[in-house]
Order: sequence, then structure tokens, then C-alpha cells
Amino acid sequence: MFESWPALALFLGAALAGLTSGRLRAAVMLAAPLLGAYGVYQMEPGTLVGYQLLGLDLTHVRVDRLAILFGYLFHLAAFIGVVYSLHIRDRLQDVAALAYAGSAVGAVFAGDLLTLFVYWELLAITSAFLVFARRSERSLATGMRYLVMQVGSGVLLLAGAIWYAGAGNGLSFNYIGLDAPGGVLIFLAFGIKSAFPMLHGWLTDAYPEATPTGTVFLSAFTTKVAIYALARGFPGTDLLIAIGTLMACFPIFFAVVENDLRRVLAYSLINQLGFMVVGIGIGTELALNGAVAHAFNDVIFKGLLMMSMGAVLHVTGEMRGSELGGLYKKMPKTTILCMVGAASISAFPLFSGFVSKSMVVTAAVQEGHHLVWLALLFAAAGVFHHAGIKIPFFAFFAHESRYVADAHEPPRNMLIAMTIGALLCAGIGSFPAYLYALLPYDTGYSPYDVSHVLAQLQLLAFSALAFTWLKLAGIYPPELKSVHLDVDWFYRRLFPDTIRSMLSRLAPFDRAFRQWGLSMVSLAQQGLCRHHGSYGVLARAWPTGSMVIWVAVLLGLSLVLYYL
Amino acid sequence: MTLIDHLPVLVVILPLLTAPLCVLLDRPVAAWGAALGAAWLTFVGAALLVGQVADGGAISYQLGGWAPPWGIEYRVDTLGAYVLLIVSAMAALVLLSARESVEREIFRVNGARFYAAFLLAFAGLMGIVATGDAFNVFVFLEISSLSTYALISMGRDRRALTAAFQYLVMGTIGATFILIGIGFLYMMTGTLNMLDLAERLPEVSNTRTVRAGFAFLTVGIGLKLAMFPLHLWMPNAYTYAPSVVTAFLAATATKVAVYVLLRFILGIFGIEFGLGRMPLEYLLIPLGLMGILSASMVAIYQVEIKRLLAYSSVAQIGYIVLGVGLANTHGITAAVLHLFNHALMKGALFIALGAVAYRIGATTLDAFSGLGRRMPLTMGAIVIGGLSLIGVPGTVGFVSKWYLVLAALERGLWPIALLVLVGSVMAVVYVWKVVERAYFSQASSGSGEASEAPLMMLIPLWTLVLANIYFGLHTDLSAGLARQAATVLSGGQGERHAFAYLDSPGSAAGAAGGAGLCQAAQSA
Repeated sequence: MFESWPALALFLGAALAGLTSGRLRAAVMLAAPLLGAYGVYQMEPGTLVGYQLLGLDLTHVRVDRLAILFGYLFHLAAFIGVVYSLHIRDRLQDVAALAYAGSAVGAVFAGDLLTLFVYWELLAITSAFLVFARRSERSLATGMRYLVMQVGSGVLLLAGAIWYAGAGNGLSFNYIGLDAPGGVLIFLAFGIKSAFPMLHGWLTDAYPEATPTGTVFLSAFTTKVAIYALARGFPGTDLLIAIGTLMACFPIFFAVVENDLRRVLAYSLINQLGFMVVGIGIGTELALNGAVAHAFNDVIFKGLLMMSMGAVLHVTGEMRGSELGGLYKKMPKTTILCMVGAASISAFPLFSGFVSKSMVVTAAVQEGHHLVWLALLFAAAGVFHHAGIKIPFFAFFAHESRYVADAHEPPRNMLIAMTIGALLCAGIGSFPAYLYALLPYDTGYSPYDVSHVLAQLQLLAFSALAFTWLKLAGIYPPELKSVHLDVDWFYRRLFPDTIRSMLSRLAPFDRAFRQWGLSMVSLAQQGLCRHHGSYGVLARAWPTGSMVIWVAVLLGLSLVLYYL
Repeated sequence: MTLIDHLPVLVVILPLLTAPLCVLLDRPVAAWGAALGAAWLTFVGAALLVGQVADGGAISYQLGGWAPPWGIEYRVDTLGAYVLLIVSAMAALVLLSARESVEREIFRVNGARFYAAFLLAFAGLMGIVATGDAFNVFVFLEISSLSTYALISMGRDRRALTAAFQYLVMGTIGATFILIGIGFLYMMTGTLNMLDLAERLPEVSNTRTVRAGFAFLTVGIGLKLAMFPLHLWMPNAYTYAPSVVTAFLAATATKVAVYVLLRFILGIFGIEFGLGRMPLEYLLIPLGLMGILSASMVAIYQVEIKRLLAYSSVAQIGYIVLGVGLANTHGITAAVLHLFNHALMKGALFIALGAVAYRIGATTLDAFSGLGRRMPLTMGAIVIGGLSLIGVPGTVGFVSKWYLVLAALERGLWPIALLVLVGSVMAVVYVWKVVERAYFSQASSGSGEASEAPLMMLIPLWTLVLANIYFGLHTDLSAGLARQAATVLSGGQGERHAFAYLDSPGSAAGAAGGAGLCQAAQSA
């Protein structure tokens, strides 16, 4: 049953979670992803499950290696997320989270664009409730903005799909390409969900506003479904290389100056997505493998980081980096687990980020994209600074904050979930062959070769490692404080100063542009309100005489038209 | 002849004759019982008719045994039978919920007279659909309209009187236009029987008289249809009428007008003249689109939910008009489908509003504060009805919009497809307004303790809501019917199969390369 509709287990779990409570609900929540994963395990690549709707042949489930990989990934992420949120007694969140995971699984197994659209919209709606679930004015407003963007993406997808199918291409979801009719619309729809530059606002806006547990789910599914969709529909699109490079680089500046640590992670999520988008854009087997593998790893290590920050938020109720600090004393386990996540995202050898990120970087060199390669190296260094150092440092070290006194380790289930994530990070990093066996292509790639690129990457990684060690050590012996300050200055003064001076030059243009845009919007709104508002000309009650004039006008018009 | 043979006239006569009975009974509850019985019997009759038509094709019934074209003929074909079914079903369901609502809302007149007027309006609508005589259409139109004016004026707000008066003036103009149009046709052909008209019209179709008749008919029907910009009577009429009346009218009256439009354009004038030679699409497509966008925008700003839904009805009628205007297979299918689907969703939504009005006493946006907790079943119905209005897959609203978008793309008019989708997004906004207020805000303190709506309202409400989902999933039923109906409309009994290719399998995607309707009609 579950192998013919893999999303069934999670949807069923969501429905049951809505009806049960207490321990029974916890059992249901834990069983759903396991059952679903077992269903994926039973699946045979090449299976198609179709049905008919409105005279269209739709493929509800299409099984291949790519889909299976994401199927495993989403069930794994759902399981970790469920374990992480076991202490929560919130029916709304539980139901929304499982349904959200189910929609993601449904989307990656969808064999046609219409089915994909249905799951695409389900993703939008279910995930919005994870933002609403914080139940504050602010999260309500944020959730609405989020929902509008997400549903808008779905509408674009539907429009593109109908156009695409209308031109005789059929609805099946395979390579689409930008040149296909409707291709641009579908591309934009995918682009919104994978947070292309300028379309990324919803992500950094909504993710930090969700509940501590909700963010863990959010960071796992929506963007990865979009990456999957891009890998399926637009591999080898050159435009994606440029977009991805931009995505990998621009969030670094924002992440460095941002104070809300979960927002820093949201920016670094975009940065990691950039690596995947570049991989898809390069489009060789190695690059696609790299993109997909990086998506897999990103779910785990970004989830781990989000979980550790969620634990901090849960314990202290604070997420501003400037207010936190010193928590390692009371939360040593969380600190270590967070460091594992930080090491993974910074692509340290023996941690998961390394084995996938290096594939994309190698592919960029192999295909001769040297500038892209340089940009990616810069991005990798940037990740190290804002995610590898800044996150653990501000939260757990830095100065001793007022929260230290009351801090304690988070609930055990949170620690277990984080431990699972950390073990996976280290495990995949040390034994990448298991992950590689799942990838869509067999490229014989080995990350632990002493090739030119790897040597450089390792150089970078080890220099970064040295910095970290100095910094960790620098907290205790006073004589090493200078190093700590140097590093501190590097990312607290130099980067912001550079950016500030750049911004101060760009600001007037930016401000003028924004103000022009805002004034246009408010003008349009006023105009609409004037005509369509409650007392607007189109909405108010009309005198009978004016109604009759319209009748006369229309009659005259039709008479003229018909006589011609 | 057994009683079954008289079904085409029985479904009209039964409510017509029960109306005076209601007045004689003079007690609201007794009158309600009589009306409910009549409505359900009529519904059964209509269901039997659907079965008969499905088995033996269109039924011709000669009134008083006079053979057409001299005598009056009642003619029920596939589409007619289904419209009869939906009108009678809506009457039966709405009446089920009416007793409590009428007790609460109608106090200026005797409730018994309300039911009498209701049955007259119902009989008139059934008659319009059943008859095969053009003049008879006008007669029944007047029967239903006059009783509708009375029904609207019974609203508890005194503004209902003005609304009813305005509707009276506008409705009379519309009916007069229709009468003038029919008169012109009679002048040129000497016949009033629809089939006969369809046969004789092609000979004289080039005369100015026929063209003027066509213009008067389309504008007149457009008025009854509340086609933008002739919709101005409708928001007030819907807002101030009693809840029961609004639910019934929104689900049936404009739908019957759509049926009349299709009947005249496709059945009498014929596709070739109506949609081919007359540039009707230059009128219908822009007006339909303006209706969709403008009315949806107005709906977004409304704070009175009855009025909001009234404007949303104008927008939905825009979809239907657009479907007819696109003048190809999928367009007509979408129009016919939306005729049914809109009846289902608006019927459900307005009955739900009736329940809110019954419990809270108002239907302003403020009245909805915190209703999600206090009336969960009613609000659940509004949410699903709203999703259907938006056109979410799995509801009926999606099916008709799907065909509409296909129709637009088939003509290569993708901006129209885009605008249809924009209309959907606007529907999201105005539906969300209500949902947000109901689920995400606290109840206003003064509204007291409201509980769930009475069972007699919930039953019809959820019947309609489930129908919304059922027909959204089992699309072969409704879509198949729409195609079949279009076939029959276009050429009577399979004589001229302008729509023949409609029946080809997999037409939704397969007919993407299909020829437009006009070419098909010309080649047939």
C-alpha cells in the first residue's frame, strides 16, 4: 500500500495525529515516517502509478533513483523533526508538520506537472501553519506574506504547466528547459521556492518567525523540493550557474550583519542552495550528483544547526546574537552537537558538507567555469565565517550573558534528535560511499583524492580549522585574546564597514527606487480603493436611472456591433 | 397516459398550484410543510425526468394535446433536465433550512405568504427551463421575477424595499427587452416554437429585424443574468433579501438566465449565427473579464459578507459569460459546468450565511470574529465552499476553471488564461478575509454565546458542501454531462453535430489541437 503511494503514510499519520493525543499521538508521529520510509524501500525504480482525471492521463507516482533519494531524505528529516518536537503538545503543529512532510514526499514522486502542482500548493498551505503556530501578531503577518509568495509560485506553476501542455508537450514532468512554451513560468515558480535572489524574501522573512520546532521542518522541505524540481526540469541551464553563484555569495554579507541567529541560518540556507543551483546549472553527471548530495546533506546539517538554535531559543527565549553567549557552561551537549553541524556546513573533511560540496566545486573546474569556482571558494569561506564561527560563538561562547544562570540542557528528545543528526553528519562525511550509492549517477567520484581542487579545499578547511582552534583556546588563556579579537574584528568590523560604505553609496539610489515603488503601489491602491472600495463608484448602490443608462449604452453598442 | 408522461408539466404545475394552497393554509409552519413537500416531489419528478431523457432522448410534451408549432410545447432535453434537477434540488434543500430562518427574519408579512411567493418563483424558474415556446419563456420569466420582487422586499431591513423596487425596474426592462426580441423574431418567422424558430431563422437571418431582435435578447438576458455592467441591481437585492431568498436566487435565478442565454444563442439562433456571424465574442469576452476583475476587486473591499458574495457572484457570472464568449468546445463546456458548479458553491455559502445570520443576527465581517470555534461546522462549510470558489483542485470550482483556461489557451488567448488565474488569486483574498476573522481573531464581546447552527440548516449545508467535493473528484459525471448537453443544444437531436467531436475521448488534452467551434460549425 505504502509503496504505491509513498506520501500516504505521512498523510495518514497527520490525520491520526489530529484525532489522537498524548503518548498515542507521539507513537503515531514516530511511526508515520518509519512506515513511509519502509514504503520507499519497497519501491522498484521504473514503477508508474497513473490515474485519470478530466480525461487526462496523470502519473501520480513515478519512481526513479532521484525520487527515491529524496523520498528517503524527507522521511529521515520528518523523523528527526518529529523526535525533536516530541515534547510539544500542539495538535496544530503536529498535524501541519506531518502533512507538510507528506506533501514534500508526494511532490518528489509526482510524475506529472498537475500532480506536482497539487503537492506544491499543499506544501505552501501546510507549511504556513508552522509559521502561524507561533500565534503572535507578527507571525500571522509574516505567515500571510509567506503564503502569498508560496501560493503565487503555485499559480505560476499551474499557468506554466497548462501552457506547456497546451503546446502539445503533455503534462509529464521531465526535462522542460527555458525554451519550452511556459518554461519560463515554471522556472520562476521553481525559482521562488528555491529562493532565487530577489525572490528570496519570503525565506529570511518567515523561517525565523516560525516556532522553534517548526523552523526545523521548514528548513528541510520546501527549498529541497524546489531543488529537486529544478534538477528534474532544468538541468544544464546556463542561467542557473549565474543565479546559483549569486545565491551562494550575496547572503554572506547579510548573514554577517544579521543579529537574529536563526535569520543568519536562513541566509546561510540560501547560500547552500546556491551551491546546489550551480551544480544543476552545470548539469554534468558529477555536478548533478553533487547538487543532489548537497541537498541531502544540507537537510541534515542545516536541520542540526536549526535544532541547536531552536534548543537555545527553547531554553532562553532569546535569539539575538548580541544578547546570547556563554551557554556552553550549562549546555555542553548542545554546544558540541552545534559544533558538529557547524563543521559540516563549513565542509570540514570527515563531515558531510565536504563530500558533497567538493563535487560541485570540482565539476565547476572540470567544465572550465573558473570565475564561478573562485566565487564558490569565496562563498565556502563565507559560510565558515557566518555559520561555522558566528553561530556557535555568539550562542555558546562570546561574553557571559544573563541567560547563563538559568540555562540548562534542552529536553532529552531534542538532544536525541540532534544526536541523530550529528551522527549522520559525521557518518556520511567519513563513509561517503553509502550516500554515493544512492545518487542518480555513478561517477566513481571519491572526495578523499589528493587532487588539485581537493588540496585547495583542504587547505582552506584546515586554515579555518586552525582559526577555530585558536579561538576556542583563546577563550581561556588571556594572552591569546588578541587572536580572538582579530578574528572578531574581521567579521564584526571589516565586513560590516565594507558593506556599510558600499551601502551608503548605494543607499540613495536604493531609497529613491524603493520610494518610487512604494508610491506607485500606494497610488494604485488608492485608485483601486477609490473605484472598488465600499463607497467606490463600482461598489456603491446606484440610482436606477444610471443603471438604465448602462442598459441603453450596451444595447446601442450591441446594435452597432451586430449591424456592422 | 400515465402520470409519468406528464412529468414535464408536473414539475412546473406542482409548485404553481401549491402556492395558493400556502396562502389558504395561512399558518407559516403548515405552509412550510406544504412547500417542502411540493419542492421534494418536484425534485423527485426532475430526477425521474433526468432518467427518462438519459434513456430516450429529449422529451416533447404537447400542452392540451395541441400539436406544435400551433400549440405550446414543453421540451426537456439533457441540459434542461439537469437544470430542472439542480433548480428543484436547490429549492428542496433551501426550503429544508427555511423554517427557522423565516421565523427569525420575516415579520412584516405572514410567513405563509412568503412560502407562496417562494413557490411561485420556483415554478417560474422551472417553467422557463421546461418550456419549448419562446413566448412562454417570457411569461414564466415574469412569474418568477414578480414573485422574486415580493420575496426580496420581505427582508428585515427597510432598504430591502428600495432594493426590490430597483430590481423591479431593472428586471422589467430586461423582460421587456426579451419580449421585444421575441416579438421581432415572431415578426420575421410567424412562429414562437423554439424548434420551429430554429428552422425558419436561417432564411431571414440577414435582415436587420433579426439582428435587432438578437441585440434586444442578448441585452435583456444579460440584465437578468447580472452580466457586468448590468449587474448593478444585484448586490443590493442579494444583500437585503431574506437569507433563504438570497441562497435560492444566487443558486438558481442567474443560472436559469444562463440557460436561457445558451438556449437562445445556441438552440434558436444556432451556433453559426449566434457565435459565428454575430460578433458576440467582442462583447462577451471583455465584459466577462471586466466582470471577473472588477467585481472581485470590489468584493475584496466589502465588509458585509452577503454583499461580498454577491459581488463574487458577479465575478463568477463573468467566468460563465467568458466561457460562452470564447465560443469553442471547452468554453461552452466550462460555461455549462460553471452553471452547475456555481449553484453548488454559492448555494452552500449563502445557506451558511443564513445560519450565521440566524445565530449572530448579522453577516458583517465583525460578526464572524471567532466564529471558527463557536460554529465549527458552519465555518468548515464556508471554508470548503470558499476553496471551491477559489478553484482549488478537488473541488468543483477547479473543474470549470480548468476548462475555461483550456478554452482560452486553445484560442491562443493566453493573457485571458492569466487573467482568469488572477481572478482566482483575488478570490483567495476575499475568502481569506472571512477565514482569518473566523479563526484568527477573538470573538467580539457583545455578541454573546453563539452555538452551532440548527440541524435543519446543517443538513442541506453539508449536503451541498459534500457535493462540491464529490463532483470535484468525479469529474466524468459533470464534464460528460456538459459535453452531452452542448451537443444537444447545438443541433437538436443529433441532426447537426457541430459538437460531435466533443465526444471524442480524452478531449481535454487531446483537443488542444482541435479546431475552434466556429470552424467546426461551418464544416458541419
